[in-house]
Amino acid sequence: MNINFTLISQAIAFSVFIWFTVKFVWPPLLRAIEERQKTIADGLAAGERGRHELELASQRSADVLREAKQRASEIVQQAEKRATEIVEEAKRTAKEEGDRIVTGAKADIAHEMFSAKEVLRQHAAQLAVAGAAKILRREVDAKAHADILAAIEEDLK
Amino acid sequence: MASGTELTPTSYIDHHLTYLTTKVSEGSFWVLHVDTLITSLVLGVISFGSIWLIVRKATPGVPSKSQAFIELAVEFIDNEVKNTFHGNRHVLVAPLALTVFVWVLMMNAMDILPIDIMAWVTENVFGMHNWKIVPTTDVNTTFALALSIWFLMIFFNLKVKGVGGWMHELFCTPFGKNPLLWILNLLFNFIEYVSKPLSHSLRLFGNIYAGEIIFLLLGMWAATGVSGTIFGSILGAGWAIFHILIVTLQAFIFMMLTVVYISMAHESH
Repeated sequence: MNINFTLISQAIAFSVFIWFTVKFVWPPLLRAIEERQKTIADGLAAGERGRHELELASQRSADVLREAKQRASEIVQQAEKRATEIVEEAKRTAKEEGDRIVTGAKADIAHEMFSAKEVLRQHAAQLAVAGAAKILRREVDAKAHADILAAIEEDLK
Repeated sequence: MASGTELTPTSYIDHHLTYLTTKVSEGSFWVLHVDTLITSLVLGVISFGSIWLIVRKATPGVPSKSQAFIELAVEFIDNEVKNTFHGNRHVLVAPLALTVFVWVLMMNAMDILPIDIMAWVTENVFGMHNWKIVPTTDVNTTFALALSIWFLMIFFNLKVKGVGGWMHELFCTPFGKNPLLWILNLLFNFIEYVSKPLSHSLRLFGNIYAGEIIFLLLGMWAATGVSGTIFGSILGAGWAIFHILIVTLQAFIFMMLTVVYISMAHESH
């Protein structure tokens, strides 16, 4: 327990070591540590951001999917409606066409009937004349009795 | 060991507690313990030098194993300082704590080296008959550290609080501002300022010195015969293992007190 000059020399050594640590040891290590902390913090923040974005994206994709489904069902609905319409229209057109054909046929028939009647009428008139001629047993001038024939014809109408 | 003369327990212990001295000047104060100084300087240069070599190449990326080890120690110390000291600790206090911890730890750790083997090495390899290898068993070392920190404490008291502020603190705390209490306050503070470096240094010195004495006593047991040698070795090993704790703990306590004293100098009461 004798205090001597060693104390002073040790104090000097101590101050030199303190100076060395303050000047050369602490700053670079602190810088490295702080920089790494910053890198880690940035990485964590980026991860958090990525997760958030993923959440958003999945939400958006769900939205898009739902919309697409809705659109698809709309389209199907429209198509069904359109199909019904087309069927209806086809039916209507077919009916119209049929009606038209029927009408045309009827007109034809009427026309045919008319011409047949005409022919029949002429034939009947001739038959009447021939009959009358036979009854009268004489030539009847068709031209002289045209008015009578016409009258008969008119009656036959 | 004892050169030529008869080896008695007293001479054995005396030999291990004798410093290698040199006279720098006349008078009993101007004596230098060369062994203490050289050992502590070598330890300091080795530890701070190697830390510096590792830290010089410190990377913010993935650290090497040695860098990670240094960072572990540094962050441990930095955390302790952060909990106690509220200011910019990176300017001085945290590196100071690192210096104190590493240096004291290294000096204390010399105690674990087998004392007689080291005596043989210093005598036969370096040719030094007297060489104490544990600088912290020299009260000069612990006082040098404690007093340096004490002066830093005074310096920060003056720097942070100013002369007036510090005087106010000396006279008006801890009992109160009443002029009747001034003398009492001053006396109290005086005792505190004297006891701080004393307890700071003597705690470290006492622990390590006592540890060394126990090693010496266990070593002396070997002189009694084979059984003494065996028991002495076993107990010596046990004490060395326990000493690992004491060595680290004392270095840590010394560091923490350093931080606490400097922090107290920064804070007004």
